[in-house]
Order: sequence, then structure tokens, then C-alpha cells
Amino acid sequence: MARVIVDVMLKPEILDPQGRAVQGALGRLRLSGVTDVRQGKQFIIELEGDLDDARRATLEELAGELLSNPVIEDYTMTVVDDEAGA
Amino acid sequence: MSARIGVVTFPGSLDEADAARAVTIAGGEAVSLWHGDDDVKNVDAVVLPGGFSYGDYLRCGAIARFAPVMDTIIDAAHRGMPVFGICNGFQILCETHLLPGALTRNDHLHFVCRDQKLRIENTASAWTRDFAPDQEIVIPLKNGEGGYVADEATLDRLEGDGRVIARYLDVNPNGSRRDIAGITNERGNVVGLMPHPEHAVESLTGPSTDGLIFFASALSSLMAGAGQ
Repeated sequence: MARVIVDVMLKPEILDPQGRAVQGALGRLRLSGVTDVRQGKQFIIELEGDLDDARRATLEELAGELLSNPVIEDYTMTVVDDEAGA
Repeated sequence: MSARIGVVTFPGSLDEADAARAVTIAGGEAVSLWHGDDDVKNVDAVVLPGGFSYGDYLRCGAIARFAPVMDTIIDAAHRGMPVFGICNGFQILCETHLLPGALTRNDHLHFVCRDQKLRIENTASAWTRDFAPDQEIVIPLKNGEGGYVADEATLDRLEGDGRVIARYLDVNPNGSRRDIAGITNERGNVVGLMPHPEHAVESLTGPSTDGLIFFASALSSLMAGAGQ
């Protein structure tokens, strides 16, 4: 069993109106000093068996092709090994 | 024989009936295409209509891009077939990278629905050739994620090459960079537009009949191509 986490965030130069709305809400809900909020997505992907190189490469490709749009978003991929006690 | 223009229905498409009606009123033969078929029934051009394909899950147009019908349409577009993406269709064309840039959430976060004034800035593309240069038109706009973004170099290139086909006038309704409402590819056969010309083809229901000119343009472009 392998678990892979893909985090997708809008590129820093892309306006994030949702993040800005959340920033405003945090301020109204008694959190002072919020200077910025960026909202992103997290994909938690469970896989059968070990993550071999071929599947890792495919996943890496799809993270940039399906899970994120490289025109506006960046992604990071983290492999969490179940044996490590996750 | 009139030209056959295909209109694709994805799960969650909304405006395919109006798009087909616009094709018919312009004098073409509208042909229904299905997202799950890779056959496009020998059509001469394709419209990707507005709506919320696949519920806008993941990103608008991100899943529709991988529908079987899109593989065929992408190949045909590369060979020069006229393709017109309206609203969600524009989002799909950006996701396929047939058009540069992307459409993001409106900067003010609200869904916007209004009659929108535009200036047509490219009268060479397959879908705008029947407009007068700098013609001003009014057609409906309705979107939640219509903010056009691209990096500065891409925006400069689009403007330098005359590939901005339409720009918002009076109001920028969604935060689009440089007021861009629609663009075309280098060849001029693929066009994406955020507002909805298919809702402005009859005086009874539309704010104008300006939208008809997009569909008439495609027909005259196909006629010109056939005559060559």
C-alpha cells in the first residue's frame, strides 16, 4: 500500500479571489494580523502495492496534466509509505 | 448543400440547444455530437457550448478535455477545422492547450449575468470574419469563472499578433487581463469566447442579433475554403 499526496496551489502571480475572501472572513472572525491567504487543493491517492518507478512516473505526469493546470497552478507530490507508519 | 456544424453535448452542458439553433438560423446544418463518441459525423466545424461539463469538478473543462470526442476534435483543429468554444467551451479549449492561458474565478467572486458590450478586434478568424473592423456588439455574458489569465509574454504575443478577437467595453465583468473576452489560435480556426453569442440570434429573446455573425462567419469561412 502506498499513499501519495498531491498538493496543488495557484501560482503566486495568479490572483486568488477565494483566498482573499477567506482572509477577509478570518479578520471578521477575530483573527488579527492576517496578511495573506492562498487556497489550494489536496489529493490523497491510495494505491495497491508498492509505488514502482513506472507508476510514480505516470502519477507525476498526471499531476501536471489532470490534477493541475500548469498554466495557472503548481503542484508538489509527496509519497507517504504505509510501512513508515502513516 | 449547407455546411454541417457539430455541437457537442457533455454531461452538464447547458447551451447546446441554443448553439444548434444559432447554427440553423445562420443557415447551417446543426449536428448533435456526443462526448462519449470519438466519431464527429463528418462535420465541417464544431461548437463546444457553454454549461458546466462534468459539474466543473477539478477545474472548469479539465475533465471534458479528456472526453473521447475531444481527441477527434483536437486532431481536426490541428488540421484547420473551425472550432468555437463558448464559455465552458472556451475553458475546455484552454485546458486542451489549443488556446493559451486559462480562465479563473471572477475577481469579485460573484456569478455575473448581464448584456455585455464588446469590441470585435480580429476580423480574420474563421468565426469573426463577417464582422466590420472594431464593430461593437452586445451579447449576454454569464459566468462564474471567466477571468482570462495568461503570463505577460503570452498576453503581449496575443495582442501583437492580433489574436484578441473581442474585448470587454465599459465594464470588465470578471477581472480578465487586458479586458480580453475572446482569443484565437495562430491559424485563426480555433476561437474561444466567454460571452454567449448563441443567446443573441433572435430579437425576441436576445439583446441583439449580433451573435449570429459568429456563426455566419464560420459558414462563409467554410464556403471560402471550399471555393479555393
